[in-house]
Amino acid sequence: MNASVEMGIVRLAKMTMRDEFARTQVNQEVLDSAESQPSGSRQIKAEVEGLNFFYGKLQALKNINMVFGANQVTAIIGPSGCGKSTLLRCFNRIHDLYPETRYEGKIILQPSGINLIGPETDPLEMRMRMSMVFQKPNAFPKSVFENVAFGLRLRGINGQELKDHVEQSLRSAALWDEVKDRLRASAYTLSGGQQQRLCIARALATEPEMLLFDEPTSALDPIATSKIENLIFDLKRDVTVVIVTHNMQQAARVSDFTAFMYLGELIEVAPTKEMFENPAIKLTEEYITGHFG
Amino acid sequence: MSDFKRIIAKRKRQDFVFNVVGIVCTLVGILTLGALLADLLMDGLTRLNWTFLTSFPSRFAERAGILSSWVGTLLIMVVTAFAAVPLGVAAGIYLEEYARKNWLTNIIEINIANLAGVPSIIYGLMALGLLVYQFRLGQSVLTGGLTLAFLILPIVIVATREALRTIPQGIREAAYALGSTKWQVVRHHLLPYSLGGTMTGIIIALSRAIGETAPLITIGALTFIAFLPPPPFESQPPFVSFDWLWSPFSVLPIQMFNWVSRPDQDFVVNAAGAGLVLIVVTLALNAVAILIRYRVRKRIKW
Amino acid sequence: MKEIPILQHPVAAAADQGISAPPTAGPSATKRLSRLKERFIEALLFLAAFSSVAITAGIVGTLLYESSSFFASVSLKEFLTGTLWTPLFASPRFGIMPLVAGTLVTTGVALVVALPIGTVVAIYLSEFAPASVREIIKPALELLSAVPTVVYGYFALQFMSPLLQKLLPGLPTFNMLSAGVVMGIMIIPYVSSLSEDAMRAVPMSLREGAYAMGANRIITALKVVYPAALSGIVASYILAISRAIGETMIVAIAAGMQPNLTFDPREPAATITAFIVQVSLGDLPHGSVGYQSIFAAGVTLFIMTLIFNILGYILRKRFREVY
Repeated sequence: MNASVEMGIVRLAKMTMRDEFARTQVNQEVLDSAESQPSGSRQIKAEVEGLNFFYGKLQALKNINMVFGANQVTAIIGPSGCGKSTLLRCFNRIHDLYPETRYEGKIILQPSGINLIGPETDPLEMRMRMSMVFQKPNAFPKSVFENVAFGLRLRGINGQELKDHVEQSLRSAALWDEVKDRLRASAYTLSGGQQQRLCIARALATEPEMLLFDEPTSALDPIATSKIENLIFDLKRDVTVVIVTHNMQQAARVSDFTAFMYLGELIEVAPTKEMFENPAIKLTEEYITGHFG
Repeated sequence: MSDFKRIIAKRKRQDFVFNVVGIVCTLVGILTLGALLADLLMDGLTRLNWTFLTSFPSRFAERAGILSSWVGTLLIMVVTAFAAVPLGVAAGIYLEEYARKNWLTNIIEINIANLAGVPSIIYGLMALGLLVYQFRLGQSVLTGGLTLAFLILPIVIVATREALRTIPQGIREAAYALGSTKWQVVRHHLLPYSLGGTMTGIIIALSRAIGETAPLITIGALTFIAFLPPPPFESQPPFVSFDWLWSPFSVLPIQMFNWVSRPDQDFVVNAAGAGLVLIVVTLALNAVAILIRYRVRKRIKW
Repeated sequence: MKEIPILQHPVAAAADQGISAPPTAGPSATKRLSRLKERFIEALLFLAAFSSVAITAGIVGTLLYESSSFFASVSLKEFLTGTLWTPLFASPRFGIMPLVAGTLVTTGVALVVALPIGTVVAIYLSEFAPASVREIIKPALELLSAVPTVVYGYFALQFMSPLLQKLLPGLPTFNMLSAGVVMGIMIIPYVSSLSEDAMRAVPMSLREGAYAMGANRIITALKVVYPAALSGIVASYILAISRAIGETMIVAIAAGMQPNLTFDPREPAATITAFIVQVSLGDLPHGSVGYQSIFAAGVTLFIMTLIFNILGYILRKRFREVY
């Protein structure tokens, strides 16, 4: 992309954004308008307010404002480097592992009202309340069973309760039938798709408040991908899901809401159907239709 | 929720405790190094003067010095460097730039890895049986230097290879594209560019050789020697002489070993003095190596 | 010492097959000469690389040759099972057991010191310490293994022994404990540096996985990073064992030189290496039984370390294949 053209697009996006500012402020009203659930039952799970994020001097997120509905799947799309993974990784404070990272603003978690990124908030606690599934399967060098049990043991769960939880999580991740006879085998004996579902089982086991997916199928083949997409669709009964993806079809298939990000800014967020059929902002339309740049 | 808080408090306590344990364990190493230096300084500093450096060993502790042993160490190092550096660098170049992946290369690789783990005293036994008696080189400076050269050869080879490996493939391709032959690429590009890394490895290898005692005792280095080898330069033509290669010798660590094993405390003070000289030279060489590595890293940004 | 497999560069391979000087250009004399020179240089370089094999052959050959006459007069059974080692006495006995025991005890003491401390330091440097601390501490610790061993021997005898005598009254001046402890401190950097390298090679995504589950640092380090780096860490342990078995000057100075079949580290005893030093210090006629006995002891030492070296090599190879 030509640099000046790029600048032009950004300027355009900012202008449209000012016009459409109300659109980016998803509120209770917008959530209610989603078709996926009967009216009146929507609840907000997390509110992001004025979020800025810095890697050293580099600002990776610029004034993000949006809400995430409870028991809904929100997809975050956008080109590489737009900050979608950075936003996701704010939710479980993974950024805190690295030096010279800094948050500004608020992410309020409901119903507890706790500010996820507040200095008074313990990253460890947030990580115990969230679960994340990563881009590439990152099963631990342990048995299938111990992978799922890892988070449970951290929370002091043992014995029969542990076994029950592990089985239940593996069933929820649609993996139980494939691994029930080899729970003691190394996780690395599983296929890539199975390993990723194992990571999902591991994430589900701790009954998180939110389940964060960071491009969970980018390393998988189409069959494994479709299994995981079906799974994500089913999961929202129990948990609030946020999924970062660069695959727009995937966003369209699995999510209730979609957010489009570009160069660290949130350009547009809307019910998925509306976003894909009738995007409000030209930049979004260009990205979705592939006429980008 | 209070359950969470309790678990988190416990986890934080664990981390804190391990952090303390980690720092303590690290300090064990650092403090031992400090104690060792302090111990040597306190015992040996009084002995360290010009006479100590310029006197031969003696039956009387206060008259004894390290002249013959430091000269011996110096000569041995000359032989070691002359033998190990060309051999090791050449072997490193071959393995990194020329060798094809076949069973012979594989054997050489495994062999070098294994040689690096052979105890130094075994090299001494080999030199005793082979160099001293089979090749009849005697218990000489030459034998000692070659023994240590064999000992540090794997270090030089590995250092050369690692230095060559840091040169990007593009440099080689650019040189070949200009029509260079393989040896021209090595000679004019790879060797100069990897010089810093290779030098670091060579210096570290030599600093290890300086401290080596056991293999030289095994080949029969003397523990008491009151004369110097013949000088390498003469007033008569042809002005240079290699007679010193065949001279018997002692080295600093052997001198120190000899003194430390004596019950007389005065000699132990001499041992500390010799130890001080030895450790200062070793640490200085390591400091130079670290400095070169640091400067190479700073200068070259591929 | 990390090694990556040697790849034949495509361009280099082409040049090697003489494409840089195509024969179609006509076999001019200078070109033929230059190709001859290239071949000659390659042959020289190969000889240099092959010299390492010659050294190994020299070691194995000499040890076998010199000890063969020893084993001609001493049965292998007596050598391996005898409990007395007095090769220089008028009625010599050749049981290697006391020397092996001394070697095992000093090695054991050293490992008890070096493995836990080295591992903790590795975990601390890799998972806890800030990068700035690691950059300073790691080379500083590596200086520990740069100090000449004869200086450590002095330190064991003149500093550690008196110190331990205060803690354990009745400890003799020469004992395996002080030698072993000092040897352990010397090999800490072998364990800590190589283990830390192995742990840092573990991909960040594994750590992130553990932290995302709510794990703290030490749980992540022990339950995820340590097992993932295990083969590299074990390879560092094996290197440490091999160093301890072959270490000579510390034990020769501080552990005493009398062969003594005991497993009590508080007692003085000779190791295999200390025995070789002791005999070499005396005037031994070439070909005498005493002379041959140091080669027999050397063979034993060589085989012990060889086993560990091969084990370590296999583990390092496997460790490279994991990621």
